[in-house]
Amino acid sequence: MNDEPALTYVYAAAVPAPRLDAVLRGLHGVEDAPVAFLAPHDAAPGAPAFLTSRVPADRWSEEALRARFEDLDWLEGTARAHHRVIEALTAHTTVLPLRMATLYRDDDRALAALREQRPALAERLALLAHHTEYGVKAYVTPDPGTPGPGADDAAGTAPRSPGKAYLQARRAQHHAREDRYRQAGVAAERIAAVAARYAAHVVRHPVQTGPLSDGGAGENVLNDACLVADDQADAFRVAVREVGRDLPGVRVEVTGPWAPYSFATLPAPPAPTGTADPPGPRP
Amino acid sequence: MTLPERDSPLPGRQVALVDLLDRLLAGGVVITGDLVLSIADIDLVRISLRALITSVDGSGAPLPRDGRP
Repeated sequence: MNDEPALTYVYAAAVPAPRLDAVLRGLHGVEDAPVAFLAPHDAAPGAPAFLTSRVPADRWSEEALRARFEDLDWLEGTARAHHRVIEALTAHTTVLPLRMATLYRDDDRALAALREQRPALAERLALLAHHTEYGVKAYVTPDPGTPGPGADDAAGTAPRSPGKAYLQARRAQHHAREDRYRQAGVAAERIAAVAARYAAHVVRHPVQTGPLSDGGAGENVLNDACLVADDQADAFRVAVREVGRDLPGVRVEVTGPWAPYSFATLPAPPAPTGTADPPGPRP
Repeated sequence: MTLPERDSPLPGRQVALVDLLDRLLAGGVVITGDLVLSIADIDLVRISLRALITSVDGSGAPLPRDGRP
């Protein structure tokens, strides 16, 4: 794309270091383009730079993006490429991810934005140093023991009529479900509280219920992101594992380590955040 | 109960798309400036994308700009 008009795609901010050169070598981002640090020539040592690559302007125009953002295959490829760049660097240094598809007309405009934002970026990077994001998810697992309609013969009491038996079974099923969901809400709160004890900050993501979520895993009732100090990470994982073990019918999953995507803008007061919905299944 | 055995990313291990999109569509620093596509425009598009991941919020309120819940 040497001669074609190109835009500057910015993945993240990080402090360049000689040891990162080897990581960047051979690292390709969106459009399979090579990734490099972008920093002013007069940058002070230790100042954050942008991780960037070039993308063809015609495929990344506002008009093109509006259409492509609706294309799940394109979205997945782009998300994974963006993540690949950030993850490669995260293994070696503190990385502050930028929102996906942050695009500037050229390097000069990206540099102007970098100059303006440098103090804020440096401050955020310092806060995130030696911390890692983990996801804490809880699922209510499908209950094979809940009797369904037609499974009432095993109940012992002989039904008077098929219609009444059906209704009885439905009622029992409904109550079992309600109990289960009440318990799931309590369980989600317990898991969230244990995780929060080890986390510097917590962000609550909406529970995953859409077609992309893994329905076979059960119903997602908790989807928190926890920013955990690296020296707390082992204790955090053990504690979350332990609390999950004590909760029948609930499966707990820890995802990560992640780059601090969910903490790029830190909540003002220390965790846990109080404004989000309580965990638990939706009514 | 599933926990990865290791605390470091395994090469080639693919994260779940739904977890990735949770983070990439709502997380990350939003820098204003001379952007090609403004974040406000992306937010508009995101509303239909988010429906893939979560149920659309009953209030119909758009997501907050900074991605905080």
